[in-house]
Amino acid sequence: MTAADTPLIGDFPSPAEARLDGARIGVVTFPGTLDDRDAARAVRLAGGTAVPLWHADQSLHGVDAVILPGGFSYGDYLRAGAIARFAPVMTTIVSEASAQQAESPLPVLGICNGFQILTEAHLLPGSMIKNDHLKFICKDQVLRVENTATPWTAQFTQDELIAVPMKNQDGQYVVSAAELEQIEAEGRVVFRYVGENPNGSRNHIAGVTNPRGNVVGLMPHPEHAVEAGYGPDDATGMRSGTDGLTIFTSVVGSLAGGK
Amino acid sequence: MPTIVVEVMPKPEILDPQGKAIANALPHLGFTGFSGVRQGKRFELSVDGEVTEEVLASARRAAEEMLSNPVIEDVVSVSVEQDAA
Repeated sequence: MTAADTPLIGDFPSPAEARLDGARIGVVTFPGTLDDRDAARAVRLAGGTAVPLWHADQSLHGVDAVILPGGFSYGDYLRAGAIARFAPVMTTIVSEASAQQAESPLPVLGICNGFQILTEAHLLPGSMIKNDHLKFICKDQVLRVENTATPWTAQFTQDELIAVPMKNQDGQYVVSAAELEQIEAEGRVVFRYVGENPNGSRNHIAGVTNPRGNVVGLMPHPEHAVEAGYGPDDATGMRSGTDGLTIFTSVVGSLAGGK
Repeated sequence: MPTIVVEVMPKPEILDPQGKAIANALPHLGFTGFSGVRQGKRFELSVDGEVTEEVLASARRAAEEMLSNPVIEDVVSVSVEQDAA
């Protein structure tokens, strides 16, 4: 069984136009990953080809970009993402994503637990601790897209507001005061929570990027808002929100050489 | 068999939500007189044989690089405990 060939209940075909089979996006599965199938599905709906990657396999099988999906890798033992960081696949991802010489280092997106893994792997600054109110959050969350220069956000407009689901317990983003000042000054906050701070995150930060802009991490789940009927409620109707899809069409478009 | 004990605590400047929740719950059971709680972690690393300087140095490195996350936590002690048995 692979993530690529198991249809969900209520499955229906993705839009036929603009299928860019050239863009191959790897989706990593660790023990305890939950959202790999949703992420793979989002890639396909965006016109890309989803390639399942396995934590114990060092090869990235020639993919053009990688998604670390959400879940509870290794049961969140030690700290969320702390054990997954040492998986063989991460060695290759870290080296290709941080290749300073490369003209275009590997685009990597970490969602929720994937974001936590990217901070533990030192690809992104900061860390996540328990939500300040200690409760598990499960709700739709409005975010502002503040950086559209990354391959994952290129098709958003600056300061666009999007609504995507959010579900986590360790979602409070913390970072040293000096680093916080630096990522703010460099415009590396990619997503910010709009309205009340849902978890105590510093400066309402929901997602950040690295200095090169190829690695992006965010706590909420864009892959759960890619298909009408299964997304957040919006102005057009119940569960009609598909704001998350733009993240996946952005990377597919960036890899195809355009926007 | 000797054990190396590593203790890790959240950094003082990081609000510890778990500790705060425990502090709030203590009075409900009649435990008054505690003004705050901070919750950390204790790791016990078993060693087959003697704890040499080399083994201890390796434990210190593990404590810094894996058992703690320097962004949010401090390693407060790495010590050796001899098992009485």
